[in-house]
Amino acid sequence: MSARDRTVPRLGVALAALLALSPLLPDWALFLGTISLAKGLVALGLVLLMRTGLVSFGQGLYFALGAYAAGIAPQLLGVHDALLMVLAGAGAAAAVGLVLGVLLARYRAIFFAMLSLAFSMILYGLLVKSPALGSTDGFNAAARTVAGLALEGSVARYALFALAALAAFAGAALLHRYLASHLGRLTPAVRDNELRVEYMGASARNVVHLNLVFASALAGAGGAVAALAVGHVDPDSTAYWTTSGEFVFVAILSGTGSVAAPFLGAVLLEVLRNFAYAHAPNTWQLVVGGVMLLVILFLPEGLWSLFRRRRPGTA
Amino acid sequence: MTPILETRDLTKTFGAITAASGISVAVAEDTVVGLIGGNGAGKTTFVNLVTGYLSPTQGTVRFAGRDITGVSPRRITRMGICRSFQIPQVFESLSARENLLVGLGIVALGRRLFAEGAASLRAPEEAADEMLARFRLERFRDARASVLPEGTRKLLDIAMALAVKPRLLLLDEPTSGVSADEKFALMDLVLGAVRADKVTVLFVEHDMEIVRRYTERVLAFYEGRVIADGTPADVFGNADVRRYVVGGAQAAPAREGTC
Repeated sequence: MSARDRTVPRLGVALAALLALSPLLPDWALFLGTISLAKGLVALGLVLLMRTGLVSFGQGLYFALGAYAAGIAPQLLGVHDALLMVLAGAGAAAAVGLVLGVLLARYRAIFFAMLSLAFSMILYGLLVKSPALGSTDGFNAAARTVAGLALEGSVARYALFALAALAAFAGAALLHRYLASHLGRLTPAVRDNELRVEYMGASARNVVHLNLVFASALAGAGGAVAALAVGHVDPDSTAYWTTSGEFVFVAILSGTGSVAAPFLGAVLLEVLRNFAYAHAPNTWQLVVGGVMLLVILFLPEGLWSLFRRRRPGTA
Repeated sequence: MTPILETRDLTKTFGAITAASGISVAVAEDTVVGLIGGNGAGKTTFVNLVTGYLSPTQGTVRFAGRDITGVSPRRITRMGICRSFQIPQVFESLSARENLLVGLGIVALGRRLFAEGAASLRAPEEAADEMLARFRLERFRDARASVLPEGTRKLLDIAMALAVKPRLLLLDEPTSGVSADEKFALMDLVLGAVRADKVTVLFVEHDMEIVRRYTERVLAFYEGRVIADGTPADVFGNADVRRYVVGGAQAAPAREGTC
């Protein structure tokens, strides 16, 4: 609520810093960063839904669609460029989000959550039963170029990281602009009081539908980036409900206070999981769950509340 | 001249209960009309029927000559009928200014969807500040609606209804929950703001003092019917109204009301 909103310039600075520092990082950290940004994109979409008052337990659906779209783009579209593959992933997920949204936008609360979960498990079932897509094994996904440049080895890994960072910046900046617009202001309004939104001449269902498509596109882009970083797609690590649950975990860990929060949350989860796995391979879930519990108890508005100044009127 | 609001034989039943029974009323443009009646008399049902929240079992509603029976609240709002609520329906997590901006923004986004009155609107941000000033809400500009005092929430709720530039405004008990020494100031403020734009106002009210002071016409409801319709003096002098609506304490005309 300060006079000047500097979020987008700050995101730009963060992007520049990421691009400048990442060549210094070892390969494993670069990979971890790319995956974090990909999952952060999905969580960003979830944050938008949460601000609309909805929690989706099925974002894995769009994540999987993005990953598979990127994976089959070379055969189906003759596209071998990472940037185009990410756009294809976002587009495919948004298209499916648009269709499923016709039904999903009618539901709220637990009904919305369960229906979104159901849709994602239907896709999981379809993928597992599709030999052409490798069934449970999946298939390899790879790009030959990144934005037109043919790259190899660790330069290619850096280029993919840069692409992920750019996608994250674009998604966060766009979402921030959207939320500050007249149309975007309807998002918290729908969460607070849907009836009043209708009595002011706007359609709450259309707002929900639009946000669903937006969240789907972000998840699709994230899925495509993750598929290219891992070099492989399969149903279990994309469409299965535990993956969807992980995105909800990241969104809650991050908090809905800022469009930058989901990326911090995603990095924290990846780092946490890697270290927990290295030090306690049999009980790493316990560590991750414990951190979640601590965040819910002590930072109910997520990690972002550590960075936020108090708004007037909230005291 | 075509009445701005005309209902014919408006009837609404919920199972065996009749909430509205054959209400036929015509309201002329640029007037202030009070709706009175005991609890369950059908005042709020009437408001809900006019704003499209309920569909009538029978009968029609016409707005400026146009049949709006069965049209959704959203489309009716865009045509130019807006309402406030007895219990303020504000966006709790937004500031007072943002609450107004929601409505002003909707109008700015869908200008062609709204009635012609909305076309003259200025920039929403400017209009929001102007409305905050007009309703004396400036000092709550950036405060979250959830922490505002009840009277202020009431005022904000009414200002939100006006933000979408209605031609007909329905107020559901504008002074309930407002302290006795603030109610006249509130009504002066609201009607002053509304009447400047020649908005027609229908308000439901239990406070007879307010009704007598601010309306030029009163509709008295009892068991879903309009039992009296006329100037405040006529209606308050009506024997049925005194028996069924105003009650014993109000038996002597021109005495101040209780509420």
